[in-house]
Amino acid sequence: MMDLEPHVISNLVTGALLVGIALIARSVRRQRLWREAATQLWRRRRIAILVVGVYLAIGLLDSIAWKGGVPEDVVDVLPNAPLTLIDRAFLGSREASYSAPFADVEFYGGDPLRNPGSHPLGTDILGRDVLYLSLKGARVALLIGGLTSLIAIPLALFFGVGAGYFGGRFDDGVFFLISTLASMPGLLLLIALIMAMGRGTVSVCVALGVTSWVGFCRLSRAETLKLRELDYVAAARALGVTEIRIVLRHILPNLAHLIVITFVLMFSGLVLSEVVLSWLGIGVDGSWGQMIDSARNELSREPIIWWNIAAAGTALFGLVLAVNSVGDAIRDVLDPRTLKEAP
Amino acid sequence: MSALLEVRGLRTVFPGESGPVPVVDDIAFDLDRSEVLALVGESGSGKSMTALSILRLVPKPGRVDAGAVALEGENLLDLPVTAMRRIRGRRISMIFQEPMTCLNPVLPVGAQVVEAIQLHEAISTVDARARTRDLFAEVGIPDPEARLDAYPHQLSGGLKQRVMIAMALSTRPEILIADEPTTALDVTVQAQILALLRDLQRERRMAILLITHDLGTVNELADRVAVMYAGRLVEVAERRALLSEPLHPYTRGLLRSMPALARPGERLPEIPGVVPPPDQWPSGCRFSTRCAERFEPCADRVPSETEPAPGRRVWCHDVERRLDGGAGK
Amino acid sequence: MGAYVLRRLSYGIGVVFGVLFLLFILFFTVTKPDDIARRALGEKAPPEVIEQWKINHGYDRPLWPWQDWDDNLLFDHYERMLTFDFGLSDADDSPITERIASGVGPSLSLTVPLLVLGILVAIPLSLLVAFFRETYIDRMGVFLCVLAMSVSMLLYIIGAQFLIGKVLRWYPISGFDSNLLMLPRFLALPLIVGVLSGVGGDVRFYRTVFLEESSRDFVRTARAKGASEARIMTRHVLRNAMIPILTNVVLAIPFLFTGALLLEAFFGIPGLGSITVDAIAANDFSTLRTMVFIGSLLFILGQIATDLSYGLVDPRVRFE
Ligand SMILES: Nc1ncnc2c1ncn2[C@@H]1O[C@H](COP(=O)(O)OP(=O)(O)O)[C@@H](O)[C@H]1O
Ligand SMILES: [Mg+2]
Repeated sequence: MMDLEPHVISNLVTGALLVGIALIARSVRRQRLWREAATQLWRRRRIAILVVGVYLAIGLLDSIAWKGGVPEDVVDVLPNAPLTLIDRAFLGSREASYSAPFADVEFYGGDPLRNPGSHPLGTDILGRDVLYLSLKGARVALLIGGLTSLIAIPLALFFGVGAGYFGGRFDDGVFFLISTLASMPGLLLLIALIMAMGRGTVSVCVALGVTSWVGFCRLSRAETLKLRELDYVAAARALGVTEIRIVLRHILPNLAHLIVITFVLMFSGLVLSEVVLSWLGIGVDGSWGQMIDSARNELSREPIIWWNIAAAGTALFGLVLAVNSVGDAIRDVLDPRTLKEAP
Repeated sequence: MSALLEVRGLRTVFPGESGPVPVVDDIAFDLDRSEVLALVGESGSGKSMTALSILRLVPKPGRVDAGAVALEGENLLDLPVTAMRRIRGRRISMIFQEPMTCLNPVLPVGAQVVEAIQLHEAISTVDARARTRDLFAEVGIPDPEARLDAYPHQLSGGLKQRVMIAMALSTRPEILIADEPTTALDVTVQAQILALLRDLQRERRMAILLITHDLGTVNELADRVAVMYAGRLVEVAERRALLSEPLHPYTRGLLRSMPALARPGERLPEIPGVVPPPDQWPSGCRFSTRCAERFEPCADRVPSETEPAPGRRVWCHDVERRLDGGAGK
Repeated sequence: MGAYVLRRLSYGIGVVFGVLFLLFILFFTVTKPDDIARRALGEKAPPEVIEQWKINHGYDRPLWPWQDWDDNLLFDHYERMLTFDFGLSDADDSPITERIASGVGPSLSLTVPLLVLGILVAIPLSLLVAFFRETYIDRMGVFLCVLAMSVSMLLYIIGAQFLIGKVLRWYPISGFDSNLLMLPRFLALPLIVGVLSGVGGDVRFYRTVFLEESSRDFVRTARAKGASEARIMTRHVLRNAMIPILTNVVLAIPFLFTGALLLEAFFGIPGLGSITVDAIAANDFSTLRTMVFIGSLLFILGQIATDLSYGLVDPRVRFE
């Protein structure tokens, strides 16, 4: 097998993601129920959806990377490093240290900047443009939410639907596993997992995934139990349709709305969890959480460096609020009954 | 002389996609003292909403949009909220279709009746309890003393409905609204509850607005009958006149297929189709889409009220035409 | 009833064993004793030092019973956890049990008022919002809840510390003193921050519960008999809503003991939360593992307590 460099993988995944989104959009448009739900959602939460879209777009721009094409005079990047579109937009923006938004000189030293007046959100202690860092954080946040959901939701569905549909020993086993995991306080289990696996993006996502699949597993198990008793499922079984086919054709499609709601509602919780992890020193590199954590001490300086934390905090708040409010509306539109909002 | 309860031009709406949708439209009827008026019609024709509108209990986001509900000349729709509360349960009581869910599951049934009494009378809990026990005995609950402290889930459906009746009667109301009081019960229990209602009505001489599906009930209890279709009245008449000589095509179909009405969503064997949802009601005569006798004005114009005989009202172009024809002769 | 309690308890014990097994997997096989030693002593520690460290901390034995039935880490792990003999810290060799004992008081002094205050704030607020359902007060309330939920806990804490310490220049913004007179001074800020960060989610949850209960048929019955809206809310809706609320509250009780991790660490309260945070920074696996175990144990007890307390609020529940 070819050895793929990380940035190539990232490009491929981005491509696959775009194709996936297009496919989902197409099937939403084809089915009346989903189309109507989408229209209603759009009518109710236009602004929030647009905001999420902006974050997504930034994340995508930051996922397409290639090597080369760096002008000779740019010194702050390695010559052969793969750079994303966002990286390229901020090439050569690095300063020596802090500078305030739109400043011409360094904040403490008073030395002139290399790029005077060109940092709308100022620079951090290492002279990096804060706007640049905030934009980079979008991809990290989307990655945390997305990758974790990609781990948690299939896991939950596999065990939940399996337990609900087949029952018996498997159900008992799954139920015990769920009870055990649910008995461990979430944050502590999360910390334990990351500490045991070692720090890093993947291990954070896996840990978040393992701690967050239990709720949805319960839900999908309960729903499957209900669906299994429906007449048409019984009829399909009587006709000799294979179990796998019944699950794929009759059970899973009926869980689709729950999957969508869970995904959206889980997403913002995950992003917020990462912030706490960052503060505990076991977060993901380049996240808003790390920006906030490292900016924390700067608040005690005189005069105060406020733009760092303000930028990261606002970016984080904006995404979480938008996703939360879309999630709220999605739940109302798709399922006003079964899902109660857990605290 | 005016009636005990006079409903005029009552209109109740729910917000819809394009503006408010009426589910009760221009309903008018009288209820005299100690009279039993039966309100009949298919499921979804707005009977419950009419009853709830009288008590101003229409669930949100619905609201009473127009009309008047006069209790001894006083318009309930204009009353302040606190005054309205003194009417509810005190002068007009209501019992519902589903005794299973209408009682609070975490309170003993006795306490719920005691609450109903104490809401309207300054009376000690001990006395209210004693009265509740007597009421339980009156509505035929065996071992009433012990049942006071029972929780709803410990009682059968029939007993729960008896508790509901006891609660409704506890303050000696002048009017009882009974919304399909037997529909959710077993057939044998239905008969018992109806007999109980009939006896209580005769003893206490209260007026009853009885919403029902059952021809037997109408025959046994009702003095007059009002027939509703799709939010409007189609015919109001004395019981005997209506049963023996129904004038409106809908009433005729209804009478021919009365037993099937008991089950919501069921189609009437004699009338094709079902009641359309409120936002799809036709602009002319509401029944015109299903009527075998419809002719050219039916779909366009709302039929006006005609009075073919004293005390009898019908809303039908066909009846109107025949009456006009008769008058022209 | 007795049989039910017994069955519930034995399932709880089963779950405790499951939790312990999971912890063993995480802390003895995913992270091996060698890794733990190396993180405690540094990557370049010579093998003899590592061996000695493992001996001192009891890690010098085979993992599994089939390797050595009489002397293995799995059985040892179970035995020690279940007898609350937690041993020495991997980081500084201090006895864990003592440290935990010293942390319980400070933790409780923060978390108990936090829980009570949270309920006292959230329930009236959510009753109010539910009372005004479908009006702009309700919509405003829900919007504020979502807003409050969307702010990271970290930002709340930083914001509060900044506001009080830097802008207003009030009293020391962190620290602890078990003197009852001094306590409120140190607890006020973490309490405010704790309530603020939790109230959004709680109000939204309780509101849904209240709304669901107020759409029930028996509420219509109560209205039909002339009860006022306030009476309906307090007597009929609240009573029925107690069941989910109780679940929520009882399940929060174990966290009283594990402490409010962030609040404690930020405001310098030397409770169990702070101990956990220190353990993370120091790669102190044995302390961490003990904290997870204790947290889980309390959580399991809390769940059993909830299940049994349903019978107190809901007459329909019978234990079979
Ligand atoms: N909460 C509600 N929201 C919107 N429409 C409603 C609501 N409740 C009832 N309706 C509509 O009002 C109409 C009349 O209902 P109802 O009075 O219950 O009929 P009936 O009691 O005759 O069966 C129904 O067609 C129903 O669609
Ligand atoms: Mg009805």
